[in-house]
Amino acid sequence: MMPNIAAFLLALAIVGLVAEMLRRKKLREKYAIWWLVVGIATLVLAAFPQLLVYIAKVVGVQLPSNLLFILSILMLLGVCLHLSWEISVVEEETRALAEEVAILRIQVERINDVLVGSRDNGGQDPGGKS
Amino acid sequence: MRNLENNRVLVIMPAWNEADCVGATVAEVLSLDEPYDVLVVNDGSTDNTPSIAAAAGATVLNLPFNLGVGGAMRAGFKYAERLGYRQVIQVDADGQHDPRNIREVLNGLESADISIGARFANRGDYTVKGPRKWAMKLLATVLSRLARTTLTDVTSGFRAGNSRAIVQYLDHYPAEYLGDTIDSLVVAIRSGLTVTQVPVEMRPRQGGTPSHHPVKAAVYLGRSFFALAFALTRRRSHVALPLPMMAGQK
Repeated sequence: MMPNIAAFLLALAIVGLVAEMLRRKKLREKYAIWWLVVGIATLVLAAFPQLLVYIAKVVGVQLPSNLLFILSILMLLGVCLHLSWEISVVEEETRALAEEVAILRIQVERINDVLVGSRDNGGQDPGGKS
Repeated sequence: MRNLENNRVLVIMPAWNEADCVGATVAEVLSLDEPYDVLVVNDGSTDNTPSIAAAAGATVLNLPFNLGVGGAMRAGFKYAERLGYRQVIQVDADGQHDPRNIREVLNGLESADISIGARFANRGDYTVKGPRKWAMKLLATVLSRLARTTLTDVTSGFRAGNSRAIVQYLDHYPAEYLGDTIDSLVVAIRSGLTVTQVPVEMRPRQGGTPSHHPVKAAVYLGRSFFALAFALTRRRSHVALPLPMMAGQK
C-alpha cells in the first residue's frame, strides 16, 4: 500500500500545482488541460491500483506497468508536438509583428521629419524623400 | 501614407551585415536614370549596414531581429503593398546582380506576373559544379514543367513581380531557406501566376564571402528536394488576386 500512497501524493501535488498555476494565471488553460488530465488519471490509478490491472487485461497488455509506460510515452509525445506547434504559431506572429514595427518605424520617422522640417523652416518642405 | 497611384518601382534589397557592399550597390541603382526607389531591408545586421544604406540614399526598413532572406523579402513586399507600388524587384545587396539589368528583368513583367533574372540562360559565365548543379538542374526541370515555360535558374534571387505577385507572396510566406526562391515560385505558379525569365549576367561579389563548400553543397541538395516536395503539396493561395493588367492574358 505504501508505494500507492506515494503515487497518490505525487499526483495530488501535480494537480494542486497545476490548479494553483491556473489560478495565478501562470499557465493557460489549453496547456493546463493536459496536465490536469494526467494528474487526475494518476490520482485515480493510485487510489484504485486494481483498475490498471483490469484495463491491462481488457486491452490485452500482459504487464500492467507496460500499459502505463506506453500511455506515458504517447502523452509526452503529444505534449511535445503540441508545444512545437504552438511555438511555430508564436514565431509566425512575432515575424508579422516585426514586419509591422519596421514599416511603422519608417512611417513615424517620415512624419517626424516633416514635423521637424516644418518647425525649423517655417512650413517649408523638409526635402526628404516622399 | 497609402498612395495607390504609385508608378515608381521598388527595388528591395535584403541585407544582413553587408556593410562592405550595400552602399555601392544602392548608389549604383540610384545613379540610373530610372524611377527606382531603393528599400534596404536591414535583417538584424550588427554592423553599420543601415547607416551606410541610408547615407547612400536608400529607405531602410529595420527589422528588429534576423528573419532570413524570405522574412526580409516579405517585409519588403508588405511595405510595397502599403505604399502602393505596383512593381517590385529583388536585388542582392552584394552587387552580384547588375543594376543595369533591372530594366530588362522588369520588362519581363509585360508578359508575366513574375520575371526572373536567370544566370544560366546562355549569357555570362556563371557556373556551379557537383551536387549544387544537379539540384539546380532538377529544380529547373520540375518548375519549367509546372510553369509551362523554360526556366533555367529558379533559385535566382534576381526577380521582379507585379501587384498580383505582391498580393500572392504576402498570402503565402515561405520562411525557410530556399523557401524564398523555390517554395514561393511553386506556390505562385500553382496559384495561377505566370512566370518568365530574362537572361542576365552575374558579377563577382563586391564584398563578403561566397558560400561554396562541399558539405554546404550537399546540404543544399537535400534541402532543395525537401523544399520542393513540400512546396508541391502545399495548398494554393485563394486570395483575390488583382486582375492581370497585360493584354492577351487570361
